This record gives sequence, structure tokens and C-alpha cells, in this order.
Amino acid sequence: MENTIVSKAYIVSGLPHILLAPEQSPGWARLNAAYKDLREDIAAQDADLILYFSTQWLSILGYTFQADPNPEWLHVDQDWHELGSIPYKFTIDTDFAETYAGEVDQLGYKTKLINYRGFPIDTGTIVAQKLLNPGNRLPAAIVSCNMYSEKEETTRIGQAAARALKKSGKKAVVVLVSSLSNRFHTHPIDPREDKISSRKDDEWNRKVLDMLAAGDVEDVAQTVREFARQANGDQKFKGMWWLNGLLGQSNNFEGKIYGYEAVWGTGAALVSLEPTVPVQAISLEKSMGSEEGSQAEMVEELTNFDYMATLSKPVKLKASHPEPELRTSKADSTAHLTKIIERVEATKRLADYEIVSKGSAEPVGTYPHARRYGDLLFLSGIGPRQVGSKDIPGIVFDSNRKVVAYDIRVQTKAVIQSVKRILEDAGSSLDKVIDIQVFLTNMKDDFPGYNEVYNEAFKDIRPTRTTVEVGALPTPIAVEFKVIARP
Amino acid sequence: MNKGSIVAGVLAPHPPHLVYGENPPQNEPKSECGWEGLRWAYERCRANIKALKPDVLVVHSPHWPTVVGHHFLGLPHFKGLSVDPIFPHLFRYNYDVKVDVDLSLQIRDVCAKADMHTSVVKNPDFRLDYGSIICLHLINPDWDIPVVLISSNQAAFYFSNEVGAQVAKDLGEATRQAIEISGKRAVLLASSSLSHRHFVHEPDLPEDMSFERIHHHGQYLWDMKVIDMMKKGQCRELLDIMPEFIEMASAEVKVGSLNWMLEAMGVPNYPAVVHGYGTVIGTGNAVVEWNPSLKGKN
Repeated sequence: MENTIVSKAYIVSGLPHILLAPEQSPGWARLNAAYKDLREDIAAQDADLILYFSTQWLSILGYTFQADPNPEWLHVDQDWHELGSIPYKFTIDTDFAETYAGEVDQLGYKTKLINYRGFPIDTGTIVAQKLLNPGNRLPAAIVSCNMYSEKEETTRIGQAAARALKKSGKKAVVVLVSSLSNRFHTHPIDPREDKISSRKDDEWNRKVLDMLAAGDVEDVAQTVREFARQANGDQKFKGMWWLNGLLGQSNNFEGKIYGYEAVWGTGAALVSLEPTVPVQAISLEKSMGSEEGSQAEMVEELTNFDYMATLSKPVKLKASHPEPELRTSKADSTAHLTKIIERVEATKRLADYEIVSKGSAEPVGTYPHARRYGDLLFLSGIGPRQVGSKDIPGIVFDSNRKVVAYDIRVQTKAVIQSVKRILEDAGSSLDKVIDIQVFLTNMKDDFPGYNEVYNEAFKDIRPTRTTVEVGALPTPIAVEFKVIARP
Repeated sequence: MNKGSIVAGVLAPHPPHLVYGENPPQNEPKSECGWEGLRWAYERCRANIKALKPDVLVVHSPHWPTVVGHHFLGLPHFKGLSVDPIFPHLFRYNYDVKVDVDLSLQIRDVCAKADMHTSVVKNPDFRLDYGSIICLHLINPDWDIPVVLISSNQAAFYFSNEVGAQVAKDLGEATRQAIEISGKRAVLLASSSLSHRHFVHEPDLPEDMSFERIHHHGQYLWDMKVIDMMKKGQCRELLDIMPEFIEMASAEVKVGSLNWMLEAMGVPNYPAVVHGYGTVIGTGNAVVEWNPSLKGKN
């Protein structure tokens, strides 16, 4: 593709098991083989450099850039030292490192060019380089992952990379080195029976992979916070913000999943993203005033919206990526840790967050559409009002906005539609409703019509139900549902 | 053989800035000065430790994180270059370390008998973590006492602070038992800051002390609260509030170093000697010594 600063982007796991011990586990071997396919894919790219962002290279003082022209060492991972040593020698594009650091400087963040003998390049970058670009065919550039950075900042660091590519007139292969879910098994395992550490993490990984398979990079970036919370994303999965910033914050990609396996319980995926339209850099001015702007970010932080889930429609699982080998593990030798956990009665924290549904009418007070607590979804009282307006279906006003007529059937249908939308935005559905309380303002006249519509919707679902008459409801509606459902 | 004992324990923070400020020959970067308050605190503590003539220094460091159990060094000698990945401009230290492999394996064995997972480093290419190297240099710059390094299990991060505390407690008890069996006189080093929120900027001259201050007043209050408890000998109470301290002050003791040491020492109920407190790039650090031989002498 012409006029693009990125020929292709990749997301890879950088755990050393894939490089050093593929023979120990069928899953690790499949990832090793998939890495070979990626390597061949990269070899076919018309690119000037390979740019790495690894969640395993953490910085505190802003951002650091590898600027040693030929860093060389014999690396041993601190945790996985039993797997062996990894000799490495990189060829670094130091000109690009300087240009990139210059662009980040302009954003006001601290930068540092690293050119020290023996500087410990992180395991993730080394593993990726050994498996993707072993002969230094492409010179590399490596930028750190700031441990304190949030969405706005990390996105801007990605945008700065795009500007640096444009400024240097170079085209890059971009590599994000990051696991998806990042919960390791905390006990010895038989690698042949490695599996994702929990079904929940596996399900979240698959959601993300389905979006990536569809090329929806921007969509994934929007779900990073929720994913990180639910699946212990690797460094909060913030690398995705960097990648999204660099790639122009769009869904214009063709995604391909080369592999998805467990590596010691973590979600290890190999993904490629090919631009369907040229990737372009956005200007510094636009970057500073982007929708990721500081004010929006600050409001989000200060109002603790971190705990607010605005999930889009649940993504149906497609067989677009390989199934991980999920086998039953042998009896784990976890006696000690298990005892500890029992002793301190450590319990998993119950999920507790709000759901705001973009497809439903705005709340008339300071409450969310729904709240998930543990394994239950509690919906606020839902009326028939329509999203984006104050219209109430099936109602006729006179010139003084006094109600002269209304259709309880139409209103009930609208309520059920709203309930359905909120449930779906929360990842649930109408058939998961377990209890409904119904409030009518005129039991005598409205019960038959409401009951008829209700029966159509719920006759097969059969939630428990209580119907009461109330003196009035806020706004001139005639019916409201209060729903409890399974998520 | 006499029964071994823990002759002292030190809360021994490891900011590389302290080594950088000192300019020892092993460290490549050079400074004009810096962080004297903490460095002088270490000098006072160092004299007390030297007087004890310990056989071994045992370190628990957050910068050797491990997921599966506790790891130990299984080779007698490690030599290399330790480069701090966060502050490489301040710390590039040539180390030459003698390991007390016998005690390493004794602690490992006691842990294993108590159903804890363990692993032993036998790869000579393994680079020792800078958290251990820094506090060992600051306590014993002569490097004439063998060492045992223990990794920091990440249980607190995977489960909860309470689980992390229990894991550290069990490791501490195993450490004490193994030291008693060994017949050696050991000093324990909990390599850790207190509050641990960094500034993300640094002055052009890193040792410009006009920049140095706590990141947040709330963290300072928490640091003072826990130091006060140490001074009063209220270690049991300190352990009780440790999970809250960790959350409220982003405390580095989350990895369990301080819990490990206090539990190994049987949770001291006598006043600790607080040699000094200072901030390093916004974090709170104290050099604190629990030394039974100094009881009543403060």
C-alpha cells in the first residue's frame, strides 16, 4: 500500500516459554509455529524498520528509547530462569529513536535516550525480536511503557510515533508485545496441560480477539479498561491504546489471528492487522485537542467513571481463531497456597459496576440504567420514554400538555424494548430476566392491555412478577418495570 | 553446633539514587552529592550491623518478582553488571557477590517441607536484581559477608494483600527455622520503600535536592504513622494495618519484604531504631533497625 506509514501491525505474546521451551507444551509449540508464519509475513513487508512497544519494559520518568546502535547481552529472565539464557544483539535505528523522542518531547513528557552497555532489554522485546526479526533484517526501534500512564497519554505516545515515522519518511512494521489476560498459574503445572487461568479470562480474551479479527482496533481500545478489570490485562492492556494512537484510531484493518493459547495461564495471542486504508499521522495540534483530550480524561478520572461499563452489544463468538487446548489439569500441587487462601478467607471480589445504555432514554435522576452486583443485574425503573427525546409513545397531549389519551399496549411494548436494550448493553438478554415488578398508574383500566403485551414477551421466559398500582410515576407515563436479571 | 539466630533486621530501602549520591567505585555514573539524609542514616545503621559481626545477610527484594513460589540462588558466586532499567543513568553497578548456598538451600528445604513452592537459580548468566544489590551495598559496601537472596512472590498482586501477608509470614517462619538450624548469625534486610508513588519528571541534575519532596501529603502522613508504630514497638499492630497502608500509600511493602522480616523476627515488640527518613523522587523511605542488643539503649 502506498502513502502509509505502517505496512502492518502485530500483537504478540513475549513470554520466553514460546522461544525457549516450545517442546514442553503443544500450545507453546503452536505459538512458536505461528510466530514462524508471522516472521514470513514480516519478511514480505516493504518496511524500513520494526517498532516495538513492550509491556515488559516499564518506565517511570516519562518515556525511554533504546539508542544503543547495537545492544548485546546474554539475557536470563528473572522469573523463568530455568528455561535458559537468550543471547541477543539488536541493530537499532538510532535516528528514528531520536526523532521519536523529539516528538514525545513536544508533548511535554520526559524522554531519555538509552545508550548504556548492559542495559537490560526486556524479555518480551527480546522474545519478539528473536522470533520475528532474528537476523536484524529490519533495524529496530524500542519505546518503553510508562507504568503510570493512562489512556490519553498512552494514545498520544502512539500518535507521536506516527508523526516520527512521517517526519523521518519511513514505513514501519509495528509490534505490540503484550499478553491479553495476564493471570499466571501460581503453582507448578504440567506444561502439556497449560490452560487459561480462568474461564472468565478466556471469554474476555475471545471477545477481544473477535474484535481484532474483524480489524476493529478502535473498538478494542475503547474496551481496554473493562477488559483490564475483568481479565487482569497485561499492564492494564494499555499497549492497545498506544497501538490505536499510532494506527490512527480507526477500525480500518483486516485482522488475522495466527494463534491463541495459554502460556502459564496467561492469554497469549498472535495477531496481524493490515491497514485497509493508508495509516497517516495526525498533527501535534490535533493530537493535543483530540477526543482523548485532557479535560475529558480528567473528568473520567475524577468522577470515577472507571467503574462504569458502556459495553456495546455482546460479540458473538466466532470460530475465527484457534481454540486453545483447554484440558483438565492434573491435581495441582497447590496445597500450600490453597491453605493460605482458606486461612485468610480470600474471596473473589464481586463484580460491582454501573451500566449506562446509549440506546435507552437518559435517566431523569442520578442513577444508572443498571448496576451489576456479583452475578445479578439490577435495572432501575424503566419507563416507555424514547432515547434522545422526551417522547412517550402512545400518548396524546392537549395544547396545555395535559394527557388526553394513552395506549397502554404501546407504552408496555416500549418499556420492554428499553429493558431489552439495556440488558443487551450489559451483556445480558431478555431471556435472562428472573424477576419483574410492574408499576401501573391505573390498574383497573390498564391491566388487561399491559398483561396482553407482557404475555407475548415473557410467556416462555416466565420470570416472577409483581404488579402494583401507584398514584403517579415521574413524567406522564402509565407503566414502569423494575427488573432483575442474570448477566 | 549452636542454635542460629537473627541478630538484627533492617528496613533497607533501595533507591539507586543513594548509591549514585555516594559515588562508590563500582558504580559507573558519578554525582556531586545527594540524598544525604538517607545515606547518613545508612551509615549509622551500617556501624551497628558491622558490630554484630553477622555470618550472613538475607535479603528479600521486590525487584526479583516471581510468580510460582519463592526462588533462591543456588550458585556460590555471581559477578556482573546491574543496570537499573528505570534509572540507568544513575545505577550501573559492577557487583561481585558471594552467596551462602548452604543457607539458601536450608531455607528452601524448610519452605518445601511446609508445602511452599520453591525454585533454585542454577544459571550462571542470571543477573542479580538491583533492589538486592543496592541495599546490600548500602549496608555492607565491603561485600565481605555472604548473602542469601530471596525472590518476592507476587501473591499479593494475584490474590489480595491479606494473602500476600500470609505468604510472607510463612516464608518468614521458614527463614527463621532454617537460620536456627544453620547455627548462623543472620541479619535480615527488607529491601523496600514505604509510600511508593514516584514523580514522573526529574530535574536535569538528578541530585538537585531542591526538587526532592514527598509525592503527596497523605502518603507522608501514612509513612509517619507506620514509623511511629515502629518506634513504639507496635509491630503486631503494624502488620494488622499493613493491607490498608499498602492501598492508601501505594506502599512498596506490598510485595511482602517487611512482613517477611517482622514475622521471621517473631514480630518484635520492642522499639525500633529509626535511623532516618527521606524522600526519593517522591517516594517515602526509612532506614529502620530492629536489633535486640540495642533494646532499652535508645
